[in-house]
Amino acid sequence: MQPKRARAKLGREKLQRIIDMCKSVEERSLDPFLLDIDEVISVIKEYFPEWELPEDLCLDAETIHHLASVIKLQSEWVKHRSTSLYTDPFLLEEKLTRISKEEIIEIFLRTWHPIVEMEQISLHSLAQAIKYWKGLLPLNERWKEIAIEKIEMGLATREELIEQRILRDKAFSEELENFWQELIRTVEEKGEDGRIRYWNFVGAETYEETVHRAFMTSFLITYGYATLQIYPLEEEKFIKPYEKPVNKIGEKQLVSIPIAITVEDWMRWKKGELE
Amino acid sequence: MSTRKAYYTKKIKRAVHLLFYRRHRKPGVKGWELRKALGSDYPKVLKILDKYLKALDLQVKTVFEEKKPAGKPTLEQLNKARFCITLRGELTPKEAKMMGWRIDDLAGLAVTIAHVISKKGKVPRKEIEEMLSDKLPGWKVGINIDRYIRHGYLTQDENEQIYLDWRTRTEVDQKALIDLILSSET
Repeated sequence: MQPKRARAKLGREKLQRIIDMCKSVEERSLDPFLLDIDEVISVIKEYFPEWELPEDLCLDAETIHHLASVIKLQSEWVKHRSTSLYTDPFLLEEKLTRISKEEIIEIFLRTWHPIVEMEQISLHSLAQAIKYWKGLLPLNERWKEIAIEKIEMGLATREELIEQRILRDKAFSEELENFWQELIRTVEEKGEDGRIRYWNFVGAETYEETVHRAFMTSFLITYGYATLQIYPLEEEKFIKPYEKPVNKIGEKQLVSIPIAITVEDWMRWKKGELE
Repeated sequence: MSTRKAYYTKKIKRAVHLLFYRRHRKPGVKGWELRKALGSDYPKVLKILDKYLKALDLQVKTVFEEKKPAGKPTLEQLNKARFCITLRGELTPKEAKMMGWRIDDLAGLAVTIAHVISKKGKVPRKEIEEMLSDKLPGWKVGINIDRYIRHGYLTQDENEQIYLDWRTRTEVDQKALIDLILSSET
């Protein structure tokens, strides 16, 4: 029993020495061929049958892992020697210690092509920055303390909530129904083939009202009160009201169509250019 | 001006803005960024720009992600590569000084790069410190190595091993450097 334990101890020491040797080759960039791989493998093989404890098997695996790293370094070493960049390090070191400062500078400048880059600010960005600075409020104005007014608690009336735009004076569904009726009437009066041009319906006296009408129209279409007909080539859009609301959800794939309501478009419509 | 010429003039201007002005921490622009900004024919735009820059002693440099491909690079390799503008010709020592490099510091950089190349691209920092302290005052050695690392010429890992970094790969013709050192008469 005693010789077996002694042999295992010796084996562990040998594996640890191999690991240390591999590590020094990896970390100190030593010549990887200093390590005799065949000999190391024979040592690993010799002691492998002795290992029973998990710690010993881990040590064995670690040895193999480090040995594999050294073999990889050997392969890289061979590859490097076969490239045009390979030079005998001793010869180069010798040259580097003898070479004068002026000479190495001259050589380096012949092979150095520094990157050209600009970090300066342009006149345009400077003008933008000044414009921004002029419009920027002073800190004491920006970080003003908000004076909190003390008010008595009480109940708000429906009228007050409507005034503060928290509640609308009509229920949304009621408003939508009225808007649908308006669409039907407008189509009857100004439309053709039971439909009306999009802008001729949503366009209003003010831009705010136009946006609100476009918002309501989107709900008319989504909830099946009307449909949108788009002719991309002619760049024309029509709204066609249904006689009865149609439930399209679940029947087919619905698509979202974004329509921009810009001030420019609204002004063009006002001038009669968008009809 | 023909439509084709006007097209490329516009693209070249845009390429100049992208390549000259620094956009990221590292200078230069990735191929895929150029493709996004200039279109899929960006290699042609860069080729024309390179011709223009020749008169100014500048060039469009392509730094491939891995090793430089042996033949014509594929579009995929170009998209992954980094493009920047570098000097085409050589600087005089006086010009190098004007760029903010002391001659001693530049000589130290040259020796360090050559040493790392000779050691297959990996050297312990201590070894470089010892080599540089032969000709530079001790207090300056560490500062210089840190400066080379900060500028992107060298990089260092957690085991204090020094490697060549992106700027050396972009700016220095490593093979020519070694050949010139070995053929020096010293």
